[in-house]
Amino acid sequence: MPNVTFLVATLLLATVAFVIGRRRAVEVGGPRRRDLHSLPSYYGLYVALWCGIPALAVGALWMMFEPGIVDSLVLDALPAGMVPADPHQVSFLQTAIRRLANAAVIPSDADPALIAAAAHYNSLQQTASLALAAVLLAVGIVGLVWARSHISPAMRARNRVEKLIMIALFVCSCLSVLTTIAIVLSLIFESIRFFQAVPITDFLFGLEWSPQTAMRADQVGSSGAFGAVPLFLGTALITAISIVVAVPIGLFVAIYLADYASPRARAVVKPLLEILAGIPTVVFGFFAALTVAPFLRGLGGSIGLDVASESALAAGVVMGIMIVPFVSSLSDDVMNAVPQSLRDGSAALGATKSETIRQVVVPAALPGIVGGVLLAVSRAIGETMIVVMAAGLAANLTVNPLEAVTTVTVQIATLLVGDQEFDSPKTLAAFALGLLLFCVTLVLNLVALHVVRKYREKYD
Amino acid sequence: MTDLAVRPMALRRPDLSATRLRRRYAAERRFRFYGILAVAVAAGMLGLLLGSILYKGYSAFYRTEIALPVNFDPAVIDPAGTRDPAVIAAADYAKIARDSLNARFPDVSSRADRRALSQLLAAGTDLRLRAIAMKNPAIIGTTATVELAASDDVDMLMKGRISRAVGEADRTLTDKQLAWMDELEADGLVAYSLNTTFFTAGDSREPEEAGVLGAFIGSILTMLVTLALAFPLAVATAVYLEEFAPKNRWTDLIEVNINNLAAVPSIVFGLLGLAIFLGFFGLPRSAPVVGGLVLALMTLPTIIIATRASLKAVPPSIREAAYGVGASSLQVVTHHVVPLALPGILTGTIIGMARALGETAPLLMIGMVAFIVDVPKGFTDAATVLPVQVYLWADSPERGFVEKTSGAIIVLLVTLILMNGIAVFLRRRFERRW
Amino acid sequence: MAAIETLVPPAKVAAAGAGSPVTVEARDVNVYYGEKQALKQVDLDVRRHEVTALIGPSGCGKSTFLRCINRMNDVIEGCRVTGRISLDGEDIYDSDLDVVALRARVGMVFQKPNPFPKSVYDNVAYGPRIHGMAANRGELDEIVANSLERAGLLKEVRDRLNDPGTGLSGGQQQRLCIARAIAVNPEVILMDEPCSALDPIATARIEELIDEIRANYTIVIVTHSMQQAARVSQRTAFFHLGELVEAGDTPEIFTSPRDRRTHGYITGRFG
Ligand SMILES: Nc1ncnc2c1ncn2[C@@H]1O[C@H](COP(=O)(O)OP(=O)(O)OP(=O)(O)O)[C@@H](O)[C@H]1O
Ligand SMILES: [Mg+2]
Repeated sequence: MPNVTFLVATLLLATVAFVIGRRRAVEVGGPRRRDLHSLPSYYGLYVALWCGIPALAVGALWMMFEPGIVDSLVLDALPAGMVPADPHQVSFLQTAIRRLANAAVIPSDADPALIAAAAHYNSLQQTASLALAAVLLAVGIVGLVWARSHISPAMRARNRVEKLIMIALFVCSCLSVLTTIAIVLSLIFESIRFFQAVPITDFLFGLEWSPQTAMRADQVGSSGAFGAVPLFLGTALITAISIVVAVPIGLFVAIYLADYASPRARAVVKPLLEILAGIPTVVFGFFAALTVAPFLRGLGGSIGLDVASESALAAGVVMGIMIVPFVSSLSDDVMNAVPQSLRDGSAALGATKSETIRQVVVPAALPGIVGGVLLAVSRAIGETMIVVMAAGLAANLTVNPLEAVTTVTVQIATLLVGDQEFDSPKTLAAFALGLLLFCVTLVLNLVALHVVRKYREKYD
Repeated sequence: MTDLAVRPMALRRPDLSATRLRRRYAAERRFRFYGILAVAVAAGMLGLLLGSILYKGYSAFYRTEIALPVNFDPAVIDPAGTRDPAVIAAADYAKIARDSLNARFPDVSSRADRRALSQLLAAGTDLRLRAIAMKNPAIIGTTATVELAASDDVDMLMKGRISRAVGEADRTLTDKQLAWMDELEADGLVAYSLNTTFFTAGDSREPEEAGVLGAFIGSILTMLVTLALAFPLAVATAVYLEEFAPKNRWTDLIEVNINNLAAVPSIVFGLLGLAIFLGFFGLPRSAPVVGGLVLALMTLPTIIIATRASLKAVPPSIREAAYGVGASSLQVVTHHVVPLALPGILTGTIIGMARALGETAPLLMIGMVAFIVDVPKGFTDAATVLPVQVYLWADSPERGFVEKTSGAIIVLLVTLILMNGIAVFLRRRFERRW
Repeated sequence: MAAIETLVPPAKVAAAGAGSPVTVEARDVNVYYGEKQALKQVDLDVRRHEVTALIGPSGCGKSTFLRCINRMNDVIEGCRVTGRISLDGEDIYDSDLDVVALRARVGMVFQKPNPFPKSVYDNVAYGPRIHGMAANRGELDEIVANSLERAGLLKEVRDRLNDPGTGLSGGQQQRLCIARAIAVNPEVILMDEPCSALDPIATARIEELIDEIRANYTIVIVTHSMQQAARVSQRTAFFHLGELVEAGDTPEIFTSPRDRRTHGYITGRFG
């Protein structure tokens, strides 16, 4: 693992810098070190930071670009005609070369061109590693020498170090904003390309979704194939089912835990909910597809209903169960925020517990609960694995929960898994759907977070 | 109601009649019952989920083996008698396996039947025989009884997952194959043992040769990248926002941003990874490093929020005391506040990592769904992770993969439970009440 | 099944004397919060249509005693009450007794105004609705109007009936809570420092109000203000460290207390 080696080497270099800086500070500080503004180790830290941070930054940039550059160099060196046009195939080819390059024993049946490429790859890699080592060392040493030359008793090493660290902290905290920007930009750029091929109105209002047929060249961008209404309807249907399941159960679980459960019962139920919350969605998907869906199908069959084996109901119900802990912990939070004095006031008027809960606590907590439900809706809309595994691919325009529907996330996943042509409308459609998904959940989240915050302020 | 008039009125007392009270208490009991019902439904579903997975998956951990006398025929393995490893490695061990089956069932003569007979053994039988011969060349020329893993169909049959009752056309094993197995079983040659392949192999098209090790290592590599990136960044962000940030528009924006990112669908992070890391930076597809990057971005908000909460829980008196002895604000934070908040930070981190470990959707986007046989050795090797392996196997039509899927889920859940157990332990052990 | 009685006009009960019958009778009351004993052997009589003031230093168990009378202590985990408290001769800690019915007969006003986050009207109508006191909207309006009027609030809130009760001023909120309590027409009203969050003018309004409504109710009030106790109550009980030190007619307690501790407290020498 060369990356780790470089990281360790850089850290070692920085440690050396620390020692050098410290020693220098002791030297210039004189025998009593009285004149030194800060403790000697701050001078060491100062030098170490100046040595390590630039080196790390250069190293990180290098690592980001190196694989791409090496890969394309290797590809360029391959004999003409060996490079397939399909990018997907290209990536397979690259994997094959990399595997050959790392193999201990080269299989006798390997393509000689590939073996040559692997050797080329190895030599490039070696050159790259050497170059990186040289650059890191140079950058680190320049930083070290520069910083060391600055050390004097009057230098406020501690303040400088703290300033540097503060800047670093600030930069870290901006990363989240950067992430959002990156999400928005990547989605928007690809979406714009998609909408150049498919008019936005067709996408938003079209009733027919069949991206696979649009793969044929003569149909690219033809209207109708990318009408996303069936996806919206399917998403809404499954979300609605899951909310219908999750909200009453979650709310009553929260009420039971807060107002009825004995400490013993609470000690059992709470961990159960935590386990439920911690189960990966892919497990729920498996459960929905292999247990719940066949069960519902059998149940429907026994009473004469025709239930699709990938019914919206199965996916929705399981998704609802998945969201129960989410809803219950959010409502638990908001109901706990309702002051005890209100419950006391109601009890003192002769209300029973349930009357108090129904008529005082829940209405008082309603804004918070609504906020929680909005967050739950946003989660249900964005949930992928359950629907990928348990809901269908068929874009049926229906609100019948017994039929198969497909959702936005299912389509994103199926459009992008396997095929990687960046300019086919089929792939780009996934980004358009992603943009839509992001916007809808963004609005839901912002509204929900705002509502919940306003609610909390009321009782704080 | 706009205008209430006060008129002398009869004094009304609360209706405390027995009937009415009984009705109210009935409503009370009903309400309480709904609460219990809700808990029961949630717990029942959880039980059903775990139960069905255990039931389906426990059998993935053992396998059916058929003990056969195997003749390591020198004529097949090493006709020249050189005992050269290269020669031994290249021999046709499938034939050796076939021969030993044929020796056991000499009456089976037709070609089709013989093929059906050889299908009783696992697809990797030749590799296993080769490993034995390579490890112990002295065995060549002798006949040794070897316990050979059965094929997945036989395995399913012996575990009772395939019903004998259905017609021949509806099952993967023919009547003849059933009869052979019955004969072997009657001879006491069928045994069950720990399915080591499941823990030591990568993916395979054949259920009996598939294992979770590749996915497990992939998960570990991915999590290492995630941890290395998310933990320092999240702690730095949280410390900055909680301890140093001035209250202004920009920090408000960061806050809203973080809260919102925590609720962005995970698949969107996958799209980000696809467009930015793969598309823009050209990082390799299917690599743990990319998966780790994507999951780190996804986990950051969770850890930030947890870290902030535990920083907030450190009482101001401690900060004041430290300031009082002349510490700088950075010293106060690094020497006092962060160490005190560390258990909470670690707990939040583990919970965030557990979430990341179970995440599937974003990894589908960046190509970690490829069919990968090799166990990954580095951060840039093609790899998959446990939950994705579950997804891949769940999609496979073979009956044998159902139990493998559930088995992989069990491995995943046990890992998650261990992680959460550590978190709970940390919380219990170091929790401080101020 | 609303029992029909008529309200007694305030003037007629100006002088409820020592002869009025006992409504609440407490004997040997001990209260424990877990291990800690908060009340020791308390015996106290509360007489009908009188205001009984409970005074004493902080933490001496006044609120605890008050909450015993409508069994609000039931909701506190680990709280245990022994002894006997009866309301009109009926043991309120009897296992057959219905807490809900008891609390309908013994209302409570809390230290901090706690109007429900509902409209002013709904706040007052809450109790009557729960207890089925009105057969129709007209009757409910009538109860709400009368209660607000008797709490001296109707004039101020007549055009804000649909606004949230939490939007009123502190004093108005507390009077709203009193209106909410009297809308149920309890026999006894317990007030735990009802004026401690209010300014002097709002306090004076509440004191007037207490004096007016005692004609129809029996009132027990906890207060930290000696003046308030002297102004509004007919009888006063002094608690100290969980014990009831002495109880008697208010003028007597304030002019010639029998116990040294009472004397010390009312003259401000300790507490
Ligand atoms: N819920 C409780 N749990 C444990 N102890 C309590 C609880 N409520 C009150 N106590 C204790 O019981 C004693 C009496 O408390 P109480 O509230 O009755 O005092 P108080 O006379 O009303 O005081 P104040 O005038 O300050 O309101 C106190 O020592 C208090 O600490
Ligand atoms: Mg009190």
